[in-house]
Formats: sequence, C-alpha cells, structure tokens
Amino acid sequence: MIHVMLNGRVGDLDLDVVFETPGDGITAIMGRSGSGKTTLLRAMAGLDRLKGEVSVGGRVWQDVTRFEPVHKRAVGYVFQEPSLFAHLSVEGNLDFATKRASKIVNRAEIIDLLKIAPLLPRAVSKLSGGERQRVSLARALLSGPDLLLMDEPLSSLDQTARQEILPFIRAVGARVPVIYVSHDPLEVSRLTERVLYLAEGRLTERPAVSLEGLSQAEIEALARQALGFPSPHWGEGGA
Amino acid sequence: MIEAIWITLLLAAVTTPLLLVVATPIAWWLAQKGSWIKDVVAAVVALPIVLPPTVLGFYLLVALGPNSPLMALLQPFGVRTLAFTFTGLIIGSLVYSLPFAVQPIRNAFEAMGSRPMEVAATLRASKWDAFVSVALPQARRGFLTASILVFAHTIGEFGVVLMIGGSIPGQTEVISIRIYQAVEQLNWAEAHLISGGLMAFSFVVLMTMLIVDRRFSARTAGIRP
Repeated sequence: MIHVMLNGRVGDLDLDVVFETPGDGITAIMGRSGSGKTTLLRAMAGLDRLKGEVSVGGRVWQDVTRFEPVHKRAVGYVFQEPSLFAHLSVEGNLDFATKRASKIVNRAEIIDLLKIAPLLPRAVSKLSGGERQRVSLARALLSGPDLLLMDEPLSSLDQTARQEILPFIRAVGARVPVIYVSHDPLEVSRLTERVLYLAEGRLTERPAVSLEGLSQAEIEALARQALGFPSPHWGEGGA
Repeated sequence: MIEAIWITLLLAAVTTPLLLVVATPIAWWLAQKGSWIKDVVAAVVALPIVLPPTVLGFYLLVALGPNSPLMALLQPFGVRTLAFTFTGLIIGSLVYSLPFAVQPIRNAFEAMGSRPMEVAATLRASKWDAFVSVALPQARRGFLTASILVFAHTIGEFGVVLMIGGSIPGQTEVISIRIYQAVEQLNWAEAHLISGGLMAFSFVVLMTMLIVDRRFSARTAGIRP
C-alpha cells in the first residue's frame, strides 16, 4: 500500500493531497499543466520538501518527526526528459544505479525486459529519444525501487517513439508499483484504469471534461474511461 | 635566466592545483541559487581582475609582512614574515588568479544545472557521492579551462610578484621581472629571448585551449536535453 498525505505551498501552487493506492500496478495522476502533478511527484521523492506523510509498502519515507532524504528513499524517478548522465556510457549509467541499489536486482532480466542489450557500449549522445527513455527506465529499476515515479516520460518523444515505449512501461508496471503522471488521457487509458485527477493542487472527482481541441482518438479514450470499458491495447503486441 | 624560468614554472605548477582545490567549493557555492550574499562574494572573488596588481601586491605585502596581525598568528610557529619569500609568492598568486579559477568552474557547474544532482539522489547517491561522481566529471571542461588559465596567468604575473617577492634571484625572481631588468640593463638580447619565448608559450596555450574546447563541444553535442 502506498500512503500519501502532503500539503504545502510551492511557488503559486497550494498543494493539499491525500490518497492511498495499492502497492502494485500503475496508478495514474492526471491533470492539466500547473495542476501540481510534478510538485506532488517531487515531494513524494523528497526532491522538494512538503509537510505530511509518505509511506510505501509499510516503510515510512516521511512523517511528522522524520524526513528521509531522497537518496535514502527506495524510490525510482523517471524525469520528463531522459536525464542520463552525459559523462557515462549507457552501461556506465546502469552501473551507477547497480552500485548503489537498495536491493539486489537481476540486471540481465532488466536489460532483457527493456531490450537495451545492443545499446550498452554506446555513448548516451548516440541514442534516440525513445532509447534514452528506455535506458532511464532500466536505470531506475536497477536501483531497486519500492516505488517508481514517472513524470510525463513520453512528453519529450515523437508519436512513433511513444507507441513503442508504452508496452515497456506496462511491463515495468507489472514488476514495480508505478505512479504515472500525465496530462494525456489517451496515453493513460492505455496504461491503467486506476486514475487520480488533480486540479489546482487538490485531488478531485473525475472532472467534467472539455472535449474542445481533442482528437477523435482522445475523445474515444475518454469515453471508454468514463464508461469503465477496458482500454484495447491495439497494435502494440505487448498487451 | 634559467633560474628565473625554473622559479616561474615551479610557481605556476604549485599554484594551479592548489587554486583548483580552493576554487572548487567557492565555485560550487556560487553556482547554487541564492541570496545577495553570493553577489557580494562573487564581486570580492572578481576583484583581482579590476584591481591594479600593485594595489593587490601592496595589501598582500602589508598582510604578509612582519608586524601584521596575520603574521602574529604564525609567530608561534617561527614564521615572522612571508614577504620576499617563495611561499609569499604562492599566496600572492593564489589571490591574484582566484577569479580565473572560480569563473570557468562556476560556469561549468551552472551549465550542468540541478537535474543531474537530482537524478543521482534518486539513484541513492548521497550529496557528496553525487558531487564527486557526477558534478566533478560533468564539469571537467571547466576544470581544464581553469587550469590552463591559472597556469598561464601565473606565468605572466608582474605587479603582484614584484611587490610581494621583491625579485630576489633564485628565490622570487620570475621571468616577467627578469625581462624588465634585462631592458633596464640594456641587455636586449636576453629581453628578446625571454619575451619571444613567452609569446610562443602564450600562443600555444591559447591554441590548445581552443582545440580542446572544440573537441569537447563535438563530443558532448546533443547530450543536453
């Protein structure tokens, strides 16, 4: 079980959030830009300091009396842009995580899961956007996280790369509990049914949605979600 | 002349690594976002760029000479004065070249941004671990620039070393002062020789910097998101 109760002010945003979510699978947090998604995720990781409680699988990361620093939380974090270390090769990036991992992780299995074996000797600058994000995912998994936080990991990718990487994220979600932040209902509908909505720093009921400016596919995805139909994982071969 | 060249090279070779050690924490601290105090410190660090070297040398002479409060602290260790000594020269060079070490390193840290340190933290690296294994290697270009600048700048010092060193042959006489004295003694041949040598040296240093800089840019191109 993942338990989160956080509140505080960051910039113009007044965040006040309480939720619990099962300790497996993918939980999505949706909201417009500026609704506090990234702030919430950063606070859960300990990158920003908010008041409240965070516990993951019975381990307390933060409560009234203590605040574990980021590096002492068994957290994985995938940032919006693939933030691989430029001074290391792909393998060096993975080694960085392995050396400091909070538990033993089967490295070969992770490399296989994300299909990055051919990329290992390469320089980070020689990777495509999608490849970089896959390596970022592998690196986060290799650190042995109890919870993986993903902050719009597809936003820096083009349409093709997004299609390619979604099945990998689902596969990751089957291994480690994931909290997935996004503003894209289509993307979310293809990852999980479990969705929390964030607006102006508060969790809300499923919001009234404006369909203006959405594509046909996005509207269909919203309709499916609203009706509780499972999302068809069409054309990805990984479902 | 050989002695002066040796003293100069030794001075630069000692000053450069020492200054990197001194400048790194200052550069790191200045690169973090923060208060107006940082602007004050940044201005103090940059002072040697605008101050006439003689002014700097004068204050150093006062601070390192006998009867100064600083030397009073060292008196119990049998040190009465550091003026007109090689150690005094090193201290002078450290102060004089400080901005040339701090600025490139600070720029490199700033260019890196806060993201790599955050990533390192989410991969269980403590602050110190992340500093050593991420920040330092990512800022290596800044360190290289700083080293070259400090080394070259120390070789070229004149005003500060004259004030604080007093040009004692074999101890504090460096080549820039040697040139001045050669000209005063109308020894044009020696002045030509050392000046030409310094010209060639400076040119090679600047060329090396440009080449290294280009190679680095090519290698890191497209890495930053």
